[in-house]
Amino acid sequence: MSWVIDAQGLGKRYGRRWALNDCDLQIPSGHVVGLVGPNGAGKTTLLHLAVGLLAPSSGTIAVLGRPPAADPDQLARVGFVAQDTPTYARLTVADHLRFGAQMNSGWDDELATHRITELELGLDQSAGSLSGGQRAQLALTLAVAKRPQLLILDEPVASLDPLARREFLQSLMEFVAEGEVSVVLSSHLVADLERVCDYLIVLVDSRLQLAGEVDDLLASHRRLVGPRRDPASLPSGQAIIDESHTDRQSTLLVRCDGPVLDPAWAVEELSLEDIVLAYMGHARTTRRAGGRQGLEVLS
Amino acid sequence: MIAFSLRQFRTQAIIGGAGLVVLGIILLVTGPHLVTIYDTAVAQCRASGGASSDCNNPVISTYSKLQVLATALVLIVPVLIGMFWGAPLVARELETGTFRLAWTQSVSRMRWLLVKLGLVGLASAAVGGLLSLMVTWWFSPIDKVNQDRFGAAAFGTHGFVPAGYALFAFALGATTGLLFRRTLPAMAVTLVGFVVARFAVAYWIRPHFMTPVTKAFGIGPNGGFGFIETPGGALQFTTNPPDFPNALIVSNDVVDNAGQSPSTAFLQKACPNLPGPNGPPPAVQGGQAHAAVSARGQQAFQQCVTTISTKYHQVVTYQPANRFWAFQTYETLLFVVASAALAGLCVWWVRHRLS
Repeated sequence: MSWVIDAQGLGKRYGRRWALNDCDLQIPSGHVVGLVGPNGAGKTTLLHLAVGLLAPSSGTIAVLGRPPAADPDQLARVGFVAQDTPTYARLTVADHLRFGAQMNSGWDDELATHRITELELGLDQSAGSLSGGQRAQLALTLAVAKRPQLLILDEPVASLDPLARREFLQSLMEFVAEGEVSVVLSSHLVADLERVCDYLIVLVDSRLQLAGEVDDLLASHRRLVGPRRDPASLPSGQAIIDESHTDRQSTLLVRCDGPVLDPAWAVEELSLEDIVLAYMGHARTTRRAGGRQGLEVLS
Repeated sequence: MIAFSLRQFRTQAIIGGAGLVVLGIILLVTGPHLVTIYDTAVAQCRASGGASSDCNNPVISTYSKLQVLATALVLIVPVLIGMFWGAPLVARELETGTFRLAWTQSVSRMRWLLVKLGLVGLASAAVGGLLSLMVTWWFSPIDKVNQDRFGAAAFGTHGFVPAGYALFAFALGATTGLLFRRTLPAMAVTLVGFVVARFAVAYWIRPHFMTPVTKAFGIGPNGGFGFIETPGGALQFTTNPPDFPNALIVSNDVVDNAGQSPSTAFLQKACPNLPGPNGPPPAVQGGQAHAAVSARGQQAFQQCVTTISTKYHQVVTYQPANRFWAFQTYETLLFVVASAALAGLCVWWVRHRLS
């Protein structure tokens, strides 16, 4: 199995604070991976480690089997759109295309020109005069036209309005549909990722909480509602992620290996957002309890 | 990579180039006039036996504002290059986040840094050098009458040493920009750092590039004696340095055969009758001050100098005029080496600290 990202005990420390801690992660190729977590969870740190903008404080990371940014070849294989989609404000769109062509040996000029034409961006427009959505599209164009095997995007739609958001994700998906490319994109909103991702990673408080294919996650998580009972009495194949109790009723959010057979429970399916929020809440509860935070990996 | 770096540098390059062209035209138009004045007015005045200081006036008073401006430009342009070309070079990219775009293209960040440093560094040295060459050419009649090419202002604005200054200022700006990650503080530190470095080299290091030539005189031939009273009340006896055209006077002392300066006690004993509350008045310097004191005072002063000259003599160390180009070379090399060290720091920083 080849991993697009293979991290072992990966950590990044700033002074005494760990921005990312003890992260074991293996992402198989061919997926559109959503990286979700609250602001400050360590998403940007993880992505910067993957593109080689940061070096790990502990552990190792390999991207497409090699250390990030090891040489121009490795740089060429990974496309990156940084947070807030930085561009050179005083340079024109045409300047940016020349920049891409000069800085990347595998530059696909046809693709770049086609995208710019389709987006109706003027070649003479300076990047500083573009709207947020247009600038994000320009940054995406630069990243895809270098024809990477892995495309990494850090909160690409966070600052866009809903329409620009949809157009951006649409053009991202068009590119993904064209060829063999894996994508990792982060967001603090599940809703952004739900429609485009088939693999999900949840990061909370600098620790990995959950990683797995979306279908598996949906299939293996259920909400159980029934008469109040002790959560410890659940069968061994069921792990509680979140629980709430009233005097008479218990509501449990569980991860289960197989079907729930106990007829006392009313079993409900969950949305991806329900699952993600449950894991975020779970991380918070265990942190308050002072216990070691659980790491759930499904694959 | 090179083409893109040039594109990023275009506006600054145009401003710098345009400035050079404008100044070049002004100097080209006015320069020949200065030469003519030197060849006619000064030569005629000297031929008719005029005093050299009077004969020099036509050249010194021509384009006097332009003389000040040209000198000031050669002094200031390097620091402007450091502030406006050097400081933003990396700091702008770090500030605006575009380094994340640049460093994730298929070019290693080391190459990215070296190309930027190399290109703009070369342009900086070229601007500093060209500017200085134009000014050196324009100043040549003035230098002939001033006879002070080793002076602090002339040395630093002539020849090729300004190319070294400009390169150093650029490297200092780029390095501080990289370290601070902010353009504005980097500009401020570049300004202060460059001025400190220039002064330190001009006054502490330059005089010692080569062992100075030592020359001894009796008290007398160079004229201009005087006393200096230090704030502590001690007395020093001073004489004017000799008039060595285009030389750099390193030291000028009055000493005995053992190399000791005359003590306060000796001076008070040798010169007991001078006007002033406690013996000689402070800072009576040759000519004018002489005229102000009485004939009796003058006589006493002369006697005092004679007494001093029996035991003491004047020792001058200096760098002769023919060392000018050697010193230009040494000082340029010094600043080039310092620039290379700063570039090395940039490389190390980008490799080890910015990740």
